[in-house]
Amino acid sequence: MKKITHWRRHWSRALTIMLTLCCAGPAFADALDDAVAHFSADKFPQTQQAIDEIVASGAPTAPAILEALANNRLLFDPDEQKVYFSDENDNLYDLRTGEKATVESPDDLKKVRLNNAVRGTLQAAQGAMTLMAPDPAKRMASAREIFKSHEPLALPQIEAVLAAEKSPDVKAALSDARAAIIATTPDAPDASRLEAIDRLKARGDQDSQGMLAGIAASAQGQVKAAASAAAASVQARLALWSNVQNIFYGLSLGSVLLLAAIGLAITFGVMGVINMAHGEMVMLGAYTTFVTQQAIAAWRPGMADYSLLIAVPLAFIVTGAVGIAIERSIIRFLYGRPLETLLATFGLSLILQQAVRTLFGANNRQVSAPAFMAGSFDFGGLAITSGRLWIIVFALVVFILLQLVLRATSFGLRVRAVTQNRRMASSMGIDTNRIDALAFGLGSGIAGMAGVALSQIDNVSPNLGQSYIIDSFLVVVFGGVGNLWGTLVAALTLGIANKLLEPLIGAVLGKIAMLVFIILFIQKRPRGLFALKGRAVEA
Amino acid sequence: MLRAGGAAMGGAVTLSAFRALAAEGPIKVGILHSLSGTMAISETTLKDVMLMLIDEQNKKGGVLGRKLEAVVVDPASDWPLFAEKARELISKDKVSAVFGCWTSVSRKSVLPVFEELNSILFYPVQYEGEESQRNVFYTGAAPNQQAIPAVDYLMSKEGGSVKRWVLAGTDYVYPRTTNKILEAYLKVKGVANEDIMINYTPFGHSDWQTIVADIKKFGSAGKKTAVVSTINGDANVPFYKQLGNAGIKATDIPVVAFSVGEEELAGLDTKPLVGHLAAWNYFESVDNKDNKAFIARWKAFTKNPKRTTNDPMEAHYIGFNMWIKAIEKAGTTDPDAVIDAMIGVAAPNLTGGESTMMPNHHITKPVLIGEIQANGQINTVWQTPGTVVAQEWSPYLEGSRDLIADWRKPLSCGNFNVKTGKCGGKA
Repeated sequence: MKKITHWRRHWSRALTIMLTLCCAGPAFADALDDAVAHFSADKFPQTQQAIDEIVASGAPTAPAILEALANNRLLFDPDEQKVYFSDENDNLYDLRTGEKATVESPDDLKKVRLNNAVRGTLQAAQGAMTLMAPDPAKRMASAREIFKSHEPLALPQIEAVLAAEKSPDVKAALSDARAAIIATTPDAPDASRLEAIDRLKARGDQDSQGMLAGIAASAQGQVKAAASAAAASVQARLALWSNVQNIFYGLSLGSVLLLAAIGLAITFGVMGVINMAHGEMVMLGAYTTFVTQQAIAAWRPGMADYSLLIAVPLAFIVTGAVGIAIERSIIRFLYGRPLETLLATFGLSLILQQAVRTLFGANNRQVSAPAFMAGSFDFGGLAITSGRLWIIVFALVVFILLQLVLRATSFGLRVRAVTQNRRMASSMGIDTNRIDALAFGLGSGIAGMAGVALSQIDNVSPNLGQSYIIDSFLVVVFGGVGNLWGTLVAALTLGIANKLLEPLIGAVLGKIAMLVFIILFIQKRPRGLFALKGRAVEA
Repeated sequence: MLRAGGAAMGGAVTLSAFRALAAEGPIKVGILHSLSGTMAISETTLKDVMLMLIDEQNKKGGVLGRKLEAVVVDPASDWPLFAEKARELISKDKVSAVFGCWTSVSRKSVLPVFEELNSILFYPVQYEGEESQRNVFYTGAAPNQQAIPAVDYLMSKEGGSVKRWVLAGTDYVYPRTTNKILEAYLKVKGVANEDIMINYTPFGHSDWQTIVADIKKFGSAGKKTAVVSTINGDANVPFYKQLGNAGIKATDIPVVAFSVGEEELAGLDTKPLVGHLAAWNYFESVDNKDNKAFIARWKAFTKNPKRTTNDPMEAHYIGFNMWIKAIEKAGTTDPDAVIDAMIGVAAPNLTGGESTMMPNHHITKPVLIGEIQANGQINTVWQTPGTVVAQEWSPYLEGSRDLIADWRKPLSCGNFNVKTGKCGGKA
């Protein structure tokens, strides 16, 4: 009984919205009065009520008011029972009249507070309003929002808009939203619910699966059976996709490992320097990104979206220069003495960390993501995070560039000559000191570029490098010291293996299992996956 | 300095105060917080706030007519070094009390030192409970002063009537114990086994893709789901970044965190996280006179208008003021006298109420649930009507159910078993 009245209430409320939205009259002042009283009560349930009243009032300012509320720009005067909303430029408007208002002491105004329940109501109300927006992208977003919330309130509107919709994509999204609402409404007729369940089943994503499972748990008879069958079929499909998804996660983790390790593959792998300060080069790259973003925000705010692109070469230059300085001042005196190199570079890593801590403070620094790297999209049954996808691409680009530098330039030829046979190269007229410094700078610079990418997914703090140094050495040793292809294969193998293990045995055990595996593997093949052959090995 | 302090007092008091000063010099206060290493991110702030509190007290004339003097040491996020430095502070520097530690393991490492040398430690961080020691005063929250009210809030209609729970934490003692308590509590509240998912990750975990996808999957079973996060420190930023990127909004699956404060959020773009929750006993955004004045003094003291305040700072603020009151009450800094005088001492907290030191050496606190805002602040959306008394021994855990701590004479026991009527030895 209660349910039915609930359903009816929604219908009648929705009908009022429909009527008022299409033919908004001037008679909305009373409704706004109630809303003003409820907003200034500063209680969450009252705020929810006020949102309904704003929607029902049909006032032309309603979308602006809800927009202001969503962005914490709806203010009330606790003493005078007056409510104001402001636009992006801080212009104040009186809620009741919709006219511009001036307040003597704006600091005394209090913000109307939100919680998640209010936010839910607000999103549904906004979704319903933007359904009629002229921009198809907005209608699409709104249809998706309604699909997620499947708020019965929006149904009549969806049906009205659906009939007039031209764009096939939006039409499909609207039909999905309609199906979601009907399927999850207990008092809708069985036949239409069954039809809606079919549509959800065809959609077959995580959200539909959730709704179907919910229906299966609460409905009766025919609907229950159909819903649980549909839920099971979607579940099976998703399980299949989840394996592919795990491989994508593995690729993503692998690309992060590759980025972290690839610079080390030069300094440790090719040059043979046990460089414990490698992680700090990554950290310096991340801080370069931070400084670049701060500078852009201060002087060229319009270029914020390109900040990462600008930071990549800058990070390469900064960390490359630091690398060359380190090589010239410390490492060149320690060639052929691995233990001393290890201790010296470890000390250096602590010095760099504390220096950054003193300079920038111990707190994390905020590096924001440009718009094209935020959010995620669906590809088949895969949910792909844009940032992660870009990092995979970036890692591969860096790898290919590095291979080109080493294989196709005369600098690369010299680096290889020096590392394979220093004395022979020297007698051929190669300045080995210069090549050592430049090669170390190249390795460090690449670590800095990795730092730009890692700033997107990890803390930008003085400890950033520490968490990657062990993994980097593991990857280089596992792949085979001195072999870039080995580093690539090792990083991707470890990444994918880790992500396939994680769902089975958990992150903690997964990590232990990987370490044990690598220890055993190194016992069997001390030179890693792709061992270098020939005279270089004996040298 | 000494002259000015003495001259501020009047008549006969001046003379005796002068004598006391000449005889004993300043009262030394030990500050045992990591200034380097991984914990520096959290603990440096606490060192600064202690310096500010000591400075302010000295401007008010110190205590018992004596100035306070801070002795700062750096245990460098190294647990055994905490014990060494604590020993140095007590035996060499002769401090009257120590304010310090953050992680539970550092506290456990210094406990025997404080017991052996009979000194006083103020511990300012929320922790897993299951402990009460004569020489330690716990000014942070026990699980029932943070975790359980947070779960209650989410179960309520206002909090979204959550039916399904993900307990996600970093793999060490605090999350494991807290989650054990929460799991038992949820089962008492009638939550079925299959509606609880527990997940642990290593320290500094940075690849959250699988776990966030699991949470999303777990949350789309048609029942309202929430995540209770005891994820620690560095791992939080990549976790929240992944949550934001995966499009998990607070209106779909809210995350309530016990270790994320204003300081951690400073390293994050919080726009995608608006509405996710944090449970603490203090937020910087709390709107009252005392807090506003405290924030203003803090910003002036650190000469940084952007410095944030956080919950453990408030705990030190309360603990320090309680300690001053206890010294005044005891009339001496002798540890035994101060330890006895501490019980029952009340001091104002920064959320507009008063906190009291209870016989179990824990303080009463209000519990606040706040939502993360786009500007990195946390706004209170719900709070307990009054203050909550700490349950140092959780009633939801096997083995600790029958224990109580009461350091008043003649009981003087940190783990008294009410069933057997025996004190289980020093905890």
